[in-house]
Order: sequence, then C-alpha cells, then structure tokens
Amino acid sequence: MGRKLLTEHINVEGIQSFEVYRKMGGYQAVEKALKTMSPDAVTEEVKKSGLRGRGGAGFPAGMKWGFLAKPEGVPRYLVCNADESEPGTFKDRYLMQHIPHALIEGMIVSSFALGAKSSYIYVRGEMLYVIQILEKAIEEAKNAGFLGKNILGTGYDLELYVHAGGGAYICGEETALLESLEGKRGNPRNKPPFPAVKGLYGCPTVVNNVETISAVTWIVNNGGEEYAKIGIGKSTGTKLISACGHLKRPGVYEIELGVSVEEFIYGDDYCRGIRDGHKLKAVIAGGSSVPILPANLILKTVNGENRLMSYESLADGGFATGTMLGSGGFIAMDETTCIVKNTLTLARFYHHESCGQCSPCREGTGWMARVLERIEHGKGNMHDIDLLVDVAKKIEGRTICPLGDAAAWPVAAAIRHFRHEFEWHILNPTEATQKGAVYQGELVMA
Amino acid sequence: MAGHSRAHVHHDAEITHVEFSAKAMQEIQTYISHYPEGKQKSAILPILHIAQTEYGWMSVAVMDKVAEILNIQPIEVYEVASFYTMFHMEKVGKYVIEVCRTGPCMICGAEEILAYLEQKTGSKLNQISADGRFTIKEVECLAACGGAPCAQVKLKTMNGAYKYYENLTPAVIDELIATEWV
Repeated sequence: MGRKLLTEHINVEGIQSFEVYRKMGGYQAVEKALKTMSPDAVTEEVKKSGLRGRGGAGFPAGMKWGFLAKPEGVPRYLVCNADESEPGTFKDRYLMQHIPHALIEGMIVSSFALGAKSSYIYVRGEMLYVIQILEKAIEEAKNAGFLGKNILGTGYDLELYVHAGGGAYICGEETALLESLEGKRGNPRNKPPFPAVKGLYGCPTVVNNVETISAVTWIVNNGGEEYAKIGIGKSTGTKLISACGHLKRPGVYEIELGVSVEEFIYGDDYCRGIRDGHKLKAVIAGGSSVPILPANLILKTVNGENRLMSYESLADGGFATGTMLGSGGFIAMDETTCIVKNTLTLARFYHHESCGQCSPCREGTGWMARVLERIEHGKGNMHDIDLLVDVAKKIEGRTICPLGDAAAWPVAAAIRHFRHEFEWHILNPTEATQKGAVYQGELVMA
Repeated sequence: MAGHSRAHVHHDAEITHVEFSAKAMQEIQTYISHYPEGKQKSAILPILHIAQTEYGWMSVAVMDKVAEILNIQPIEVYEVASFYTMFHMEKVGKYVIEVCRTGPCMICGAEEILAYLEQKTGSKLNQISADGRFTIKEVECLAACGGAPCAQVKLKTMNGAYKYYENLTPAVIDELIATEWV
C-alpha cells in the first residue's frame, strides 16, 4: 500500500472538526507559508512538485499559477472547482465530506500564493450537505484566526466563501463555472482570454480542482521536491481514484501514481477484483469522457507492457489502443454489461448536459443519443454505426469547450473496440432487445 | 441544454403573493454579502435554493420576487432557473426522489430501482403521486457512483439539504417511502 498524503488521517475519529484536524498536524502549512515564505516561494514549490490538475485535464498546476496576471490595484481570485459531476467520479465529495479542513487549509495557502483576498469554493448544488460541512469548517478556522483579517498576525487578509451550484455538469468547465458564479447560465466562454488574465468579474483568476488544492498543503509542509519523488515520471504524487461498477470493493482509493492497473483492480489493498462469478469485460478509466478499453487493453498496452495508473501509461497507444487518467473516475464493467446500452446512457448524459451554445455539440449530442436509442431498441441499421462515428468526428474539436470532445470520445471508442457488439444488436434485434441480453461473441478490434 | 426537455407549464395562479420567511431573508442577505458590491447577482443560485426550500418550486411569482431582491430583471432569473436542473419549473410532490440514470448506476440496476419506485408510489416519472407525497425524477450522475444505484431526496429537516441514498435495494426504497421527515 502506497503513501497517503491527502487521506492519511481520514479515518481518525472527529477529523471533521478543527480541533482534531489541528491536533493531527493540520494548519501547519498555513503557519509555515504565511510566516516564513513569500507567495512566489509557495508557487515555486508547487512548480517543483510537478503537481498536475486533478480535475481531469492534468495540466501542471504550478504553470497555471504562473500564468496569473498581476496588474496593480486589480483583485485576484482563487476559485475551487468542487462541481464534481463527471460520471464515475466521486473523490472530491469524499474528501470534502470526511476531511473538510484539508481543503480549507489548501485554499488558505493557495490564496496566499496567488494574492487572493476573497476565494470561493463552487460546490455542486446537489451536495448541499457537504456545503454545510464546509461552512462549519470555515467558521471554525475563522474563529481560530486562520481566516479573516490579519491571519496569524501576518497582515494577510482572506475571506473564504462556499457557493452552491444549481445542477449542471457544464459548470465543471472552468469558464462556465465562472459565468455561473457571476449568477448567469453556465455557458463556457471563448478563450483567450484565459481566466488567468480575465476570469471572475473580469479579474485574474485561478480555478483549481478540490484535490489539486488539497495537495498543496502537503507540498508546502514537505517541499515540492519531496512530492516529485512520489509517483512515476511526470505523474508525480498521489491521486484519488474513485472506483465503481462491478467491483468487489468500490470506493475512493488514494494511490501512488504508477500502481499497475491489474494491482488496482485485483489487489487486496484496492478493489479486490470483479464481483464473484464474473469477469472483467471493459473499463472506463478516468471518468465517462475518456475512451473505454476492453479488458485486455486496460491491463496491458498493445506492446504487452503492464498498464500503470499514471497519466502517461494510460495514454500509451493514443486513442487507438489507449485512454486517459482523466479525473480518476474508474468504472469497471463485467460481462453482463451491454456496451450499446452503456454508451447510450453516456450519450444521453452529454446531450442533457450540453449548454446549447455550439451547434456541433447541441445538435450532435442529440443525434448520437437518438441513433444509439434506435440501435438499442432493435431499430438500427448497419449504416448507423458509421453515422455515429461521423457525427462524433464532426463534434470533436469544433466547440468552445471540451464538452464536445467529451461527448464524442466515448461513442467513438465504444465503436472502435466493440463494433461487433453494435453489429450484433442491429442484426439480431429480437434477441438483442430481450431483457438482460448481452453480446456473447468474441471481441474483435475494428 | 440543461433545461430543454422540461415543459414550462406553470400553475401560477396558485401562488400570487410571495413573502420569504425572516430566517430566509436573513440567509439571503448573508449570501449577498459574499460578493463584491454591485455583483449581488452572483447570489442568485444560493437564493433560488432558499426560495425552492420555502415554496417547493419555481413559480413566476417566486422568481419575480428573487429578481426584486437582487435588483435585476425577471428574465435574468427565469433564464438561470430554467438552465439548472435542480430547480423545479413545475409543481412537485412533498418529496422529490431523484434517481440517477447514468452509466455506473445503470449497470448496477438503476432501471429496476426506478420501476420499483414507480410501482410502490403509484406515480409515473415527473408526475405527482395521487396522495401528493412524491414526485419521482430521473437525474444524471450524482457523484455517488461507488454506492450505485443511488438517488437523492430533499429534506426540510436538514435545512433544505439533500439526503443521498446509496446502494439502493427494494428494502431501502420501502423504508424511504414509508418515512415521514417533516
């Protein structure tokens, strides 16, 4: 079992409270940063750590911070993206619910590094009970002098607010989140300008995921170089993986990046394998947007190397034979899973969640969902398969925000790896529409 | 679009005069104070949540009241309320049970759970049950996939927060619908 940087104390009784969190060494990073470091020095440590954005894109966090414009007399903002909505992903909720002060501490240190005086945590509205937990934690931190005016007598002021979303996947896209935080519909903005230059209320803004911000605490305490020693290659540190589907032990696991996929699925420290009497068929490794892979390709790369839980190894082979680490939403499916139906629920999801601004996404997601619906209900024809691929191609790369790509990839990948299953559905409508019917034939890559 | 599939039928005649409680107004003022001066519109989502806790759904009169409080045009509230799926644009039952239908829950039996719920409450999707207690809705991923299949129910006793029900089985459903929370 690897090291735990975020969740080491998550099972300590009462860790939700300031008192216990503090007793376990909490808020030392705030003391160290505010009293002994300059804001730039904190940013430097984050750069050295190699920490990458944990929301899904994996962009280096320190570099993102480095882009922040700092014009005189203009406020700067740090906004935490806690709008966790990517199907298969439930790690941020776990962290915020069980150890809320980890995020609060990370927010204080990160806000200090960026020079923000007001920071916001945008939590998806469905998690109102998590919002109540965070608000209580903020109040406790404030009463202890870690928030508000003149924190620890250092002259640094910070107010931290929790903001409830209203139920919209698209608000996980950072510019849609900012629009939503300004009280508008969650329509993503055209970029450039990027939020680092023109973000919340037109001011320079950094938007980071819950897990990213929480990791900054450990980095400040132990140094960026120490963090970079954990993990493998450019996948430094630990990552929360939320595992779900047909696993013996679904849940949230903090792993050192570089654990093998096989160990993660079957290992005693992790998911302990597929539920009894069943075998692994496919995995969506990083949240519903990333390409699905059949069992053989998720366990080993096309060159026969063991696939690892890291940004690079999961991406090995490109989209032809690889996938992405994404948000860490790990969905395992056994042989009872109908790939057509699963793809339909995902296509319907993206159609439902498209904001409607860009025609390729607004119309294309609906087309894909309708064509998949027809195949699922035994009314498809063989041209439909290529039609889906064609629509997916015409969405990909043609929208303001990545939701278009996120909608196109799952459909394209399902057909790439499970084309026979789609064909079987179309050629055997009576059989395929029976309750619980699943293609049993061999999987042959297209 | 987040709101495009919902019919915008209003039962507006039922709500004409909107007056939020003193406690709600105090919460609203606190939320407004979280944003810079002149940016009070930022508080719209938190306020809509409070409004829905008080009135149950987004009638035109309720949305107009929110516009008045925030000093913005009513259309600015309508377009926001109808974009976000948590706001009910139609009247709903006392308890709204929202069942996740997305991939991870579907492969773990969400459809069977939904069918069981409909049967037990005698209510069809998006309709209020005959006794007025339930509205059952389908929602997209609730970020609780480790406990699939899952659903959420909004409870006034938890200050308007949503209770998540995970690892749903017929037995859990039976208990859920037999409970009287308020």
